[in-house]
Amino acid sequence: MSEQKYSNSEVQLVIFKLGREEYGVSILQVQEIKRISDITRVPHTPDYIKGVINLRGSVLPVIDLKKRLNLAQQEVTEDTRIIIVKVEELSIGMVVDAVSEVMTINQENIDSPEVVAGSISANYLSGVGKLENRLLILLNLEEIVGMGQDGNEM
Amino acid sequence: MDINQYMGMFLEESREHLQNLNNCVLDLENAPDNLSVLGEIFRSAHTIKGMSATMGFTTIAELTHEMENILDMLRKSQLQANPDIINTIFKCVDTLEQLVESVSTNNEKSIDCKPLIAKLKALAKGEIVTAPVLETKIEKEMVECSSVEFSDAEKSVIHKAQGQGMQAYELNIFLREGCLLKSARSYMVMNALDEIGDVIKTIPVVEELEKEKFDLCFQAILVTGSDIEKIQQTVLSISEIDKVDIVPCRMTDATSQQETKQVMSTAKPTVMKPASSAAPASAPVAMTADKKNKGGQSVRVDIDKLDALLNLVGELVINKTRLEQIGITHRLTDLVETIEQMDRVTTDLQSVVMKVRMVPVGQVFNRFPRMVRDLSHGLNKEINLIIQGEETELDRTVIDEIGDPLVHLLRNSIDHGIEKPDEREAKGKNPIGEIRLIARHEGNNVIIMVEDDGKGINPEIIKRIAVDKGLITQAEADKMEANEAVKLVFLPGFSTAEVVTDVSGRGVGMDAVKNKIESLGGMVDVETKINEGSKFKIRLPLTLAIIQALLVKVSEEIYAVPLGSIDSTINIKSSDIKTVQNKEVFLSRGQIIPIVRLAHVLNIPEVEKTEQDEQDDLFVVIVHIGELRAGIIVDNLIGQQEIVIKSLGKLLAGIKVIAGATILGNGQVALILDIASLIQ
Repeated sequence: MSEQKYSNSEVQLVIFKLGREEYGVSILQVQEIKRISDITRVPHTPDYIKGVINLRGSVLPVIDLKKRLNLAQQEVTEDTRIIIVKVEELSIGMVVDAVSEVMTINQENIDSPEVVAGSISANYLSGVGKLENRLLILLNLEEIVGMGQDGNEM
Repeated sequence: MDINQYMGMFLEESREHLQNLNNCVLDLENAPDNLSVLGEIFRSAHTIKGMSATMGFTTIAELTHEMENILDMLRKSQLQANPDIINTIFKCVDTLEQLVESVSTNNEKSIDCKPLIAKLKALAKGEIVTAPVLETKIEKEMVECSSVEFSDAEKSVIHKAQGQGMQAYELNIFLREGCLLKSARSYMVMNALDEIGDVIKTIPVVEELEKEKFDLCFQAILVTGSDIEKIQQTVLSISEIDKVDIVPCRMTDATSQQETKQVMSTAKPTVMKPASSAAPASAPVAMTADKKNKGGQSVRVDIDKLDALLNLVGELVINKTRLEQIGITHRLTDLVETIEQMDRVTTDLQSVVMKVRMVPVGQVFNRFPRMVRDLSHGLNKEINLIIQGEETELDRTVIDEIGDPLVHLLRNSIDHGIEKPDEREAKGKNPIGEIRLIARHEGNNVIIMVEDDGKGINPEIIKRIAVDKGLITQAEADKMEANEAVKLVFLPGFSTAEVVTDVSGRGVGMDAVKNKIESLGGMVDVETKINEGSKFKIRLPLTLAIIQALLVKVSEEIYAVPLGSIDSTINIKSSDIKTVQNKEVFLSRGQIIPIVRLAHVLNIPEVEKTEQDEQDDLFVVIVHIGELRAGIIVDNLIGQQEIVIKSLGKLLAGIKVIAGATILGNGQVALILDIASLIQ
């Protein structure tokens, strides 16, 4: 949704990888990207909540994005990163397999998510970007963070 | 001028000065002759006047100006402090408080202080029967020669003029509100006055009048042969002049001043009020207050900035730990040595930042003397409030919250605790009641006590009321011990006042106090003896942000247990654990203590099964909440440490058994256990 809010026809996206698929979130929602560090597990939370990290003195929750999207798990590698995003005034970390680039994409090249709703629940998507021969899956962070619906996931 | 940027400063400083005024006027009430207190009051009032005039708050400036006149007369012993004056000054301080608060919400004009100003003026003219100064007409006129001070040169001019049959008048000229060219108007007034006489002095001085450095009102001393009416006509002929007050001005030279003083000192006993019974004690009090007010310079800092500073220091420590590790892995002795130096600095830095957040509890206490005075006057009781340990320091966050509960407790003591003077006398007590407000350190806590020597709390009455209100059953009441019964006052919906008064007894008091204090991580307790008084004891943690905790390790995870809820740590053997009704317990000092296995409660993934099997010695941390106890089994004890509490944030809020998180020295996040939910 959030990408479509902007009236100008171009959006800047941070592109990252989960497995072999490429995903994007609006650069306006990204605060920073950091290497994976110690994550403290928090008991009694949904399994996609990986735990909490220390970001310059404040404690942030971290989501395992692949678990949240029901994708196959993969070992932590040199490329694994945590993208810190801001969703509704809340800073949250997301574990991704790799961050590849920042790119600008035209609003016209973004299709509605129904086109590809396959393994991932359509709720979590805000659109699909087409770029030459690449497909970028754009995420709906508000839904992914799932404020207030954690109970259903237990 | 954009005044908004100074607004915050103005508000804070005004509040501080008003607080100071309150304290000093209280002192003055007890020692009407204390000139240093008067000077203090005068300075505070003057500062408020100056600030508000600069900020353009005319009402405040006008009121303080009138107040200053009175104060100045008191200071010069042209007027003797009497209850009427003291009460009027208190009223002024109250009104000023309201005005300052209304300024912050942008409606300065909504409070009408005309009656108060009129009253002040009347007092300045000595229009009260009790004032001893009005015996003769001459003395009265002397009083009228209000706040204007004359230099010797000016005095001689006035003397000379009087010799030539002319008269000196003090003119208070008020410009109309909204007058745009104030300097021009004042210039026209001066010109007009020069035509009928000589203006020998203006307040403020002419240069400042020209720069418009005055409010709507300025003063001029005019020596003239014309009469008051003529002056009035001359001044009012200029447009945009609201009104002019003209008072004949007579010199108060040294001899006549002394005379008046004598008149007053002989008259004094008649005007003293019973409330000043504490007078002998008050002089040293005033002196210590002086000392304190002078001590130390300070800078105002936003608490958010301090929090940011604290976070940054935390970051620094974490990065230092990383450097340390690099030094060790690469065997760089130079680096390791340098880091050791740095370690000392960062440790100091951390403790300084923590200390900066601490505020003396006196900041809360200092508004109570006034409150106690007003309430006790209203109830016709005489109460002596004794404050001890106001220098005890607490974290800013706690200070901000502790005021309301203390007000509740004090009001309760004043209203329900202390008896009326005649009642006290009948019981053979000092007719003047005593309330003690004491703060002190006790280990890692701060204790605040509100103690009165009143009638105490009768457990039987408490039981009866609790039963009547359906809070407990009769059977429960019969079984209850006296000291337990007294604690019933903390139940919601309980009020012991036979008559609901303005002061207290709305039945919301004590449970609100208890809730508030518990939300601050503290406890409140009460001890009482019939006819001897009651003592409310509040125990507070030094800070909400930093606590002492024991770090424990379970499998690979580290958790923090707040030290406040730990009884002891012991070693037991696995064979010591018995099962009672399918629950694991063990015996410690004859007590049966249920076992909590953290690994189980926190779903901690087990790393190595074999290690657990081998482990026969178990570390148990015995914790308690109230009377409930439990033994928490952990794999290892790491040690005691001061930790900074951080919230887990909205997304993870409401997780049971976890109270929050903290960041350890190595940058790792450790979770803080919520003992209460762990036990239940």
